[in-house]
Amino acid sequence: MNNIQKKLVQPSAATHQDRRGRLISFICVSFIMVLTVAIIGFIAIHGLATFTENHISVWDFLTKSDWNPGQMGPNGKPEVGALAMIVASFAVTLLAALFATPFAVAVAVYMTELAPKRGARMLQPVIELLVGIPSVVYGFIGLVVVVPAIRSVFGGTGFGVLAGAIVLFVMILPTITSLTIDSLKQVPGYYRDASLALGATKWQTIYKVILRAALPGIMTAVVFGMARAFGEALAVQMVIGNAAITPTNLVSPTSTLTSQLTSQMGDTIMGTLPNNALWSLALVLLLMSVIFNVLVKFIGSRGELKK
Amino acid sequence: MRLGKGLAIGLVATSCLLLSGCGTKNKEHAVTAVGSTAMQPLVQKAGSDFQQQNQQYTVTVQGGGSGTGLSQAETGAVNIGNSDIFAEQKDGIHADRLQDHRVAVVGIAPVSNEHNGVNNLTQRQLAAIFTGKIKNWKEVGGKDLPIIVINRAQGSGTRKTFEAKVLKGQQPVKSQEQDSNGTVKKIVQNTPGTISYLSLPYLNRELQTVKVDGVAPTPRNITTNKWKIWSYEHMYTSKQPSKPTQAFLAYLMSKPVQAKLVKEAGYVSIHDMKVHMTPDDRVLPGNQ
Repeated sequence: MNNIQKKLVQPSAATHQDRRGRLISFICVSFIMVLTVAIIGFIAIHGLATFTENHISVWDFLTKSDWNPGQMGPNGKPEVGALAMIVASFAVTLLAALFATPFAVAVAVYMTELAPKRGARMLQPVIELLVGIPSVVYGFIGLVVVVPAIRSVFGGTGFGVLAGAIVLFVMILPTITSLTIDSLKQVPGYYRDASLALGATKWQTIYKVILRAALPGIMTAVVFGMARAFGEALAVQMVIGNAAITPTNLVSPTSTLTSQLTSQMGDTIMGTLPNNALWSLALVLLLMSVIFNVLVKFIGSRGELKK
Repeated sequence: MRLGKGLAIGLVATSCLLLSGCGTKNKEHAVTAVGSTAMQPLVQKAGSDFQQQNQQYTVTVQGGGSGTGLSQAETGAVNIGNSDIFAEQKDGIHADRLQDHRVAVVGIAPVSNEHNGVNNLTQRQLAAIFTGKIKNWKEVGGKDLPIIVINRAQGSGTRKTFEAKVLKGQQPVKSQEQDSNGTVKKIVQNTPGTISYLSLPYLNRELQTVKVDGVAPTPRNITTNKWKIWSYEHMYTSKQPSKPTQAFLAYLMSKPVQAKLVKEAGYVSIHDMKVHMTPDDRVLPGNQ
């Protein structure tokens, strides 16, 4: 009697297992959270030192485009103006998204609506292959193929926003494509059936019903692609020219936030202004990725399919 | 379940043992050298040769730039910080905490695309090109082609040397910047109108070097300062370098290494220099 009572009152082995599992996942989650907070804090502390310790004005940082933190400018202050890089980063990102979206949507529509089985079988490995290629390879192809091609067509040096955008276009294509495929697949089948039953053609169904219904998902895909493009460093660095000059056209050499960071981080000393200034660029990148994330959440919550 | 647990504990225990084993060995017999990419080929080759002759030591060599080398050596994170420039010339470094070992000399040569039609410039013309005052190759006797300057990344040791010797304090033109020797090579080879500079070990036959005032960047011209654009390859250590570090440095400075390895790698032996340079970029007669 006593034994049975004990057994019934005491937590079972399964309960123990349950608790252990919960504890382990809780530890992992809190570790990730601490890590995230620590990284953000670290970047913020170093990034803000430019303004708090070196007394560079935030306004100058965001609106001037003379970048030379290692030397004194004509006014006796170090030149820490990141506008050229911010503009170039946005230009490259937007242009790449502009190039990639139509292709991604077309491929996704083909794979999910037009030739679901055959199309998917052919295209899936191709897209997956694009993801696996290291970014330095994209950069190298850009350097020896894209840049000379742009030079012979448009003149100039060939280095610049256009070359960067073309390289990024290939790099973000798989991201946008696969996310678009997911959102097209989520459009319920009865939408298609209803549209076809009403006498709409296949094209009308795709254009007026399926793409409309999947629009928030497609927009999320584009924003994810843009976030990837904004943060890409190596490939862009090889074809953008790395001149801290505001781009005046698509084929003049310029420099993105990431390309400045990677090319100069190794030659600056921790704690000095040139180093702090680079952390400030990193902080701008971090803030942008936060904004991209918020944007994705916003689009997601606005565009949920209402049933 | 029980088996899995035992296995996991066993694995953790063994890896701890292995790791700690490595740790003790590393501390006593390892040399780590980090920094200048211009020095990397030399130090890497010397390191593996040294390791082969002295099996008890391990030498690890990494790039990262002169700035990284200096700051890591100062904090004691590495045994040796490789740098193309004097520690005194780098802001934020306490040169008095470091000991300088000059193991070689490296020349830096302007390189230009062979379609520009120019392979000799005066010192004044070279400076005018890199400050943006001369904008077309026809102004210096070449083709009617706009000049495209490819600079090295800000803070790079090679760039600092080049600007100290050529621009002498003038503001460089705003231009493209590349931080890797390989990328600079590729761009200059493929793009008409380009000019840049590379340290001599990275040169090859496909690249056209530019003479300055008729002087070619040869090792002999560097030893007498007839070719003026050169710098020391410094290896900075703490004031009391460890035993293996001392052994490695002595190996690098030894006659056979200087006469063979250093020259084959494209550097100039420190023993051959007939002049010496001070941290404020003055060149004086006599080898120090």
